[in-house]
Amino acid sequence: MLKLFFSNQLYLVLTQALVAALAAMVVVMLARKRGIHLESETLVAMLRGIIQITAVGSILLLLLRAPRWTSALLLAGMIVAAGATSARRAKGMPGAFRVSAWSIAFGSGSVIALMTWLGVIDTAITSLVPVGSMLITNAMNTNGLALNRFRSDVLAHVGEIETALALGAEAKNSVSPYVQASFEASLIPAIDSIRSLGIVWIPGLMAGMLLSGARPVYAAIYQFVVLAMIFAASGLTSLVSTLLIRDGIFTTAQQLSLQPGR
Amino acid sequence: MNVSVTSDPILRTEHLSRVVKEKVLVEDATFEVRTGEVLAIVGPSGSGKSSLLRLLNRLDEPTSGTVYVEGIDYRQIAPRELRRKLGLVNQRPYLFPGTVEQNLRFGPLQRGETLSQDAIEQLLSRVGLKGYASRNVANLSGGEAQRVSVARTLANSPLVLLLDEPTSALDETSKREVESAIQRIVREQGLTCILVTHDTAQAARLAERALVLEAGRVLRHGPISEVLHA
Repeated sequence: MLKLFFSNQLYLVLTQALVAALAAMVVVMLARKRGIHLESETLVAMLRGIIQITAVGSILLLLLRAPRWTSALLLAGMIVAAGATSARRAKGMPGAFRVSAWSIAFGSGSVIALMTWLGVIDTAITSLVPVGSMLITNAMNTNGLALNRFRSDVLAHVGEIETALALGAEAKNSVSPYVQASFEASLIPAIDSIRSLGIVWIPGLMAGMLLSGARPVYAAIYQFVVLAMIFAASGLTSLVSTLLIRDGIFTTAQQLSLQPGR
Repeated sequence: MNVSVTSDPILRTEHLSRVVKEKVLVEDATFEVRTGEVLAIVGPSGSGKSSLLRLLNRLDEPTSGTVYVEGIDYRQIAPRELRRKLGLVNQRPYLFPGTVEQNLRFGPLQRGETLSQDAIEQLLSRVGLKGYASRNVANLSGGEAQRVSVARTLANSPLVLLLDEPTSALDETSKREVESAIQRIVREQGLTCILVTHDTAQAARLAERALVLEAGRVLRHGPISEVLHA
């Protein structure tokens, strides 16, 4: 319907963005009625999102003619930003940024490197950066979920953890049930995405390929390839981050430093 | 390693303090515990009793001062070994999901040892729970759970048993059951105990000496009859 009112492509896209943002704000207002306040966080996140993605779009335009190594630089920058974003989900946990950045770098970096070397991901900037960013974003989300779940599980089970320590357990053994639970919980979205592929959703990448004239079967298989890579990157990230953060919540004398109210 | 050795007391604290964000939890606590005695630490809520016990088990780090276990500065003992030696029983039992037997096996398993069936039965009989080995801990009463918690700590063969308000969450009957289990252990094994309690009558029933804490400081320290009636 919007196309009836806008013949200019730029105005049309901006109006589409505004309408989509309004839909999101309606949900925020509904949540507000139930006493859940997400207004400022959502508004800031959406404003940041639109500015950032427009900036990246413009940079990609410039990078079309840039040398290929610049994509590595761009992806490294994304990893640092992803580390900072998901570390916010682990308030009060010592070294959350360091753990997040290293885990995302290892998880998504190793999958991107391997898949690029094998030729699954094309080395062209226009392919490597968008696909790489998908892996990094999903690794970031998984890492945030893992750290958040681990933090809340530890805080809810301080008594059990300290009882295990008091009985002579190694620090890492005292929290192993919570490491496992947070790893499993963090991968639920990635597993469900693969499980529901094509039935519940047709992802954006596939839709884009179809719109640009690719054969549906090729688009579909490449979408599966991307989701499998996302799962690998997310799983590796979560494995590493839960192990690193586990050691960070104990002192050298094996005392639990993550405590309610501290 | 430079190991300093003193004699006599099994446990001795020296100017032990813990301050967190300018809040004094324990201040300059100096006292000793002799082998085989029961020392009660009494005082009102918030006086630092549990904080002191956590320092003894090194679940928290002293901001100054230290503890000597059999004459050795406890910072020179590996934390896991120290915690096995100074066995802590919490106010809440925090039993691990599974059977009573699995809970009793937990401590020894941490150092690669497996408790024999006889040892399990002996531990359970010490706390008055003979025949409970295969029971699921989810089906135990509060008093039974606390006695399993005591037996689980005893499975580590501690030098000193640290009891943090072990009966404060229990009804009168369960409280008596846990108390008599503690008395039996002390009488039969001669085990050294430090009992934290806000209940002075309980302290008088179980301990020979007491230490009164107020705002983290040791107010009085000596034979129970003198200290509690001062």
